[in-house]
Amino acid sequence: MAEVLVLVELNPAGEGVRKTTLEALTAARALGEPAAVVVGAPGSAAAAKAQLAEYGAQKVYVAESEEVDQFLVAPKAEVLAQLVAEKSPAAVVIPSSPEGKEIAGRLAIKTGSGFLTDVTEIAGDGTATQVAFAGATIVHSKVTVGTPIYTVRGNSVTPEPAPGAAEEEQVAVQLSDAARATRVLDRVVEQKSSRPELTEASIVVSGGRGVASAENFSIIEALADSLGAAVGASRAAVDSGYYPHTFQVGQTGKTVSPQLYIAVGISGAIQHRAGMQTSKTIVAVNKDPEAPIFELADFGVVGDLNTVVPQATEAITARK
Amino acid sequence: MDIVVLVKQVPDSGSERNLDPADNTVARGSADNVVNEIDEYAIEEALVLKEAHGGEVTVLTVGPDSAADAIRKALSMGADRAVHVVDDAMHGACAPQTSAVLAAALQQMSFDIVLCGAESTDGQLSVMPALLAERLGIPQLSGARKLTVEGGVARVERQTDGGYWALEAPLPAIVSTWDTINEPRYPSFKGIMAAKKKPVEKKSLADLGVDPSTVGLATATSQVLDFAGRPPKGAGVKVNDEGDGAAKLVDFLAVQKIV
Repeated sequence: MAEVLVLVELNPAGEGVRKTTLEALTAARALGEPAAVVVGAPGSAAAAKAQLAEYGAQKVYVAESEEVDQFLVAPKAEVLAQLVAEKSPAAVVIPSSPEGKEIAGRLAIKTGSGFLTDVTEIAGDGTATQVAFAGATIVHSKVTVGTPIYTVRGNSVTPEPAPGAAEEEQVAVQLSDAARATRVLDRVVEQKSSRPELTEASIVVSGGRGVASAENFSIIEALADSLGAAVGASRAAVDSGYYPHTFQVGQTGKTVSPQLYIAVGISGAIQHRAGMQTSKTIVAVNKDPEAPIFELADFGVVGDLNTVVPQATEAITARK
Repeated sequence: MDIVVLVKQVPDSGSERNLDPADNTVARGSADNVVNEIDEYAIEEALVLKEAHGGEVTVLTVGPDSAADAIRKALSMGADRAVHVVDDAMHGACAPQTSAVLAAALQQMSFDIVLCGAESTDGQLSVMPALLAERLGIPQLSGARKLTVEGGVARVERQTDGGYWALEAPLPAIVSTWDTINEPRYPSFKGIMAAKKKPVEKKSLADLGVDPSTVGLATATSQVLDFAGRPPKGAGVKVNDEGDGAAKLVDFLAVQKIV
């Protein structure tokens, strides 16, 4: 069976792999035998191996060096290009983070291949499903040139365990000068949060203009915490200074696709729908019965969020 | 400092957008076309750099004749001149092909820094800086929320979830910007009038030395096989809160096995 390279996204500080990696390994199985590629500092593969084996990696290519994390994007693309040349894989599958998409792009140029980003499904014949125009259109596409490269959108594939041998093979890393062009001096975490990351969370609770103040976002956070959810915000809320930009969901912010999306005080402008309408279940709380968000909602409450949300938080907490 | 800003005209994300059923490409003819919103932040950043370091701001656009409107907008904000690559052979080009055309155009220009928006609202690939960096052999500093240029070195804060990465690279380099980097200016009346007299150079693929048979739908590296509108969602349940709205909401979550 043909080999499919899967680039591993590591958690920082040796805490195994990100969920996106397990999703990519699961998606890759439609095309062949997954071979995980770990590009990182020495010791990265050891920390990741058990999870890679559990999710079906037959092989683990270990490309470790102190240098690879010191430069942006290009080193990982270079290692993958080297493996594509040596191993002639059927395809390359990469988690669809900002870095992952850029790695895919550079790899496509290096290998003379086509690539498809943010795919939600890959079929055995290589056909990928993508959503276009903010989720309004569903597209089937195929790479027609070279070794197909896919980036898999977070939360669109359910990780399924499958046994893999995870046989290690060392890969020598020799970066070119071009791969050393952009130095990463520092990785700064400004908002250390105990909440899950927005794009990875299985539940997202978002607040909009209706929340009415930065202080009042605490009721959104409390509901989120009762559900173990991430917190998001509409552009109107961000522009009004209620919540930081990094949590913006929408056309000019993050695109999320959780199991459950709760929109509170959000009218549902196209700008916002663009970032959340592929969520599996949508719940809305809004005082305006005509708000367009209700067109998308599986369950809607017309009412004052200042009453409904704290009551819901309390009821959820009481059930635990 | 010679600054080039890449500007893309896209169908307005606030109105209905479609693919063309004839060939599965983005329907641009029927759309309400505008400057890609995040590109305005790249234009603003270019103007700020020019104000600090001197030099010229050139707009580079690939697109049909109608993209002249997007160029005009950039010029009215204060860019000095524009290069517009127009060629019917470009229709249906994929991202790698478009990057080859942009790279060919950039190689005919003089630049210290290339700026662009971090994402277009139509394709949403967010890969053009990476593709161009790869083709041109220059550093990519993508996803910037802050940019400083000093002594031939560019420093960027690359926006990430919950923070940033501090990046550094020597010029010439390509930088993409998010909408957190600045607040774009509105074109002034004077700017709008002046834009009408600013030079716009039109170039064909032949002018760039690009073989038209290597670009466009027929030879694209990926192909859209089919598309369909998302099936409309079945009508959901909507309740008025009469003191029991929260309880009903939680009951719904319980039925969904979420709580």
